[in-house]
Amino acid sequence: MSSTIHDEIRRVTAEYPDPRSAILPALRLAQDAHGGWLPEVALREVAEALDVTPAYCLSIASFYDMFHVEPVGRRSVEVCTNVSCALSGAQQVLEALERELGVSVGETTADGSMTLRAVECLGGCGWATVVSIDNKHHLHVKAADVPRIVRELDE
Amino acid sequence: MSGAPDVVFAGTDGGALTELAAYEAVGGLTALRRSRSMTPEELIAELDASSLRGRGGAFFPTGRKWSFVPKPEQNPRPHYLVVNADESEPGTFKDREIMLRVPFRFLEGCLIAARGIESTHVFVYIRGEYEREWEVLVSALEQMRAAELLGDVTIVLHRGAGAYICGEETALLESLEGKRGQPRTKPPFPAIAGLYASPTAVNNVESITTVTPIIEMGGAEYAKLGVEQSTGTRVFSLSGNVERPGNYELPHGFPLRDLIHEVGGGIAGGRTLKAVIPGGSSTPILTASEAEKVTLDFDSLSQAGSAIGSAAVIVLDDRCCMVQLAVRVSQFYEHESCGKCTPCRVGTRWLTHILKRIEAGNGTHADLDLLLDVGERINGTCLCPLGDSDAIAVASYVAKFRDEFLQHVEEAGCPFHGSSSLDGIVAPTDVHEAHHGPAEIRRPLEVVV
Repeated sequence: MSSTIHDEIRRVTAEYPDPRSAILPALRLAQDAHGGWLPEVALREVAEALDVTPAYCLSIASFYDMFHVEPVGRRSVEVCTNVSCALSGAQQVLEALERELGVSVGETTADGSMTLRAVECLGGCGWATVVSIDNKHHLHVKAADVPRIVRELDE
Repeated sequence: MSGAPDVVFAGTDGGALTELAAYEAVGGLTALRRSRSMTPEELIAELDASSLRGRGGAFFPTGRKWSFVPKPEQNPRPHYLVVNADESEPGTFKDREIMLRVPFRFLEGCLIAARGIESTHVFVYIRGEYEREWEVLVSALEQMRAAELLGDVTIVLHRGAGAYICGEETALLESLEGKRGQPRTKPPFPAIAGLYASPTAVNNVESITTVTPIIEMGGAEYAKLGVEQSTGTRVFSLSGNVERPGNYELPHGFPLRDLIHEVGGGIAGGRTLKAVIPGGSSTPILTASEAEKVTLDFDSLSQAGSAIGSAAVIVLDDRCCMVQLAVRVSQFYEHESCGKCTPCRVGTRWLTHILKRIEAGNGTHADLDLLLDVGERINGTCLCPLGDSDAIAVASYVAKFRDEFLQHVEEAGCPFHGSSSLDGIVAPTDVHEAHHGPAEIRRPLEVVV
């Protein structure tokens, strides 16, 4: 698997005058290949492919919200709680997800399958509330929709 | 949409033009073909004639920005066009709809703009969370490549990874160079030393997409739309407590009252308008009576003490507690502060801290002045305006709704008693504190002489 990532990263670096510019796509590839987060081995793979240090990769990964340097669930459920979504019932959606998934916001389910997060504006303010599941945006979500959404997650 | 001329969304008929043939059928690529017989100087002259000003929030004249990029004979390094598609200002969701519905008009604008600054390298820095938008652009770019429309220009679609600060142009360039997205000292400005220390123009998605119709119809014709100082149309993102939220393309100068009550269908549930944030969460708030009077353009909103910003209109009805609003807005900027400049890193945290204690009923009269004092120590002291945005927004809530803040202090609690529309909202910074303990707030050291 590791050599595949290496090749994929090298292909991405070819698009840039400086290979270091490919660090965000490279970390994304590595995170996807390691179950949604970046363990040390993933950082080492990226470091090797880009000819930077693993510490440098960590300094980048820890800066951006979409990278996780601690274990997370295989799938991610994110609720925007910024102003426009909050005005449209985001807190009720978040609480319904807490009940259905049996976790508090910020936690991962006991079986390690899902992490529930509150996140900042996802750029869907006119289609509130926005819930992002594995980076796919569900729009106009109401608390009443949550049981169905969670059922679909299990399928 | 309300009889207004579609420019950015022309020919879409409410749908999306994601096939090249469909785009050509409504007159697409005319501007690109015309641009190829024009010199860079002629292109910039059209932009100047159009008076197009940046749609990302700063409203800087686009033609002038391009004219700052040196000629290749003045600076032989590669020239770059970088498109800011990192839309993240709360309330703003227009660029994603532009990329989804008119991807070819956007890419056509990229090619024309590249010619304008004599560049053959375009980077589109697209927000990491925008998955479908990225897929649509990948497909559109592939179709244009297959149709051999790109000429000698390379367009790279670069995905971000979740950081509001990367919408600031120099932070974006740092991020694109593979670094943490932290703003640079200016000068040098990007036009002189931008990406890889080379001449670079950084433009917003809507600005670039608007370049296409400007070359199509001519700058002078475009300038007839809208009002003086704010020409053309704008894609307004309407959200909050309105019946019909969404993106609406309207000419600049459109009355805010009509956007809310006619286009947007009025306040949801027949409630009463309390306030409007007119240009994204960093712009000063307007009271309901101010909102009745302003038009949506640079001059009118500036005169009202606010700004057109990213044209993101957030509507608040009478259930909204202004202290809770201030807490939530401040939490956003605290979370997104990159940490490079101390006044922003520490000041945004202080603003949230003070606001939370006012909301909890533990505030004092002095806290209202303290909020303004902290804000003044942030304003203008940092490399970028992120911290200023928090300070200015909070100061506007205190100024316009001072009685409501005072009520929190005097009644030792929130006068809404749990009925505010923002009550109990959990922000990412709250979750962080719950897991890692409250953010440490240190009093400044006293200097003993």
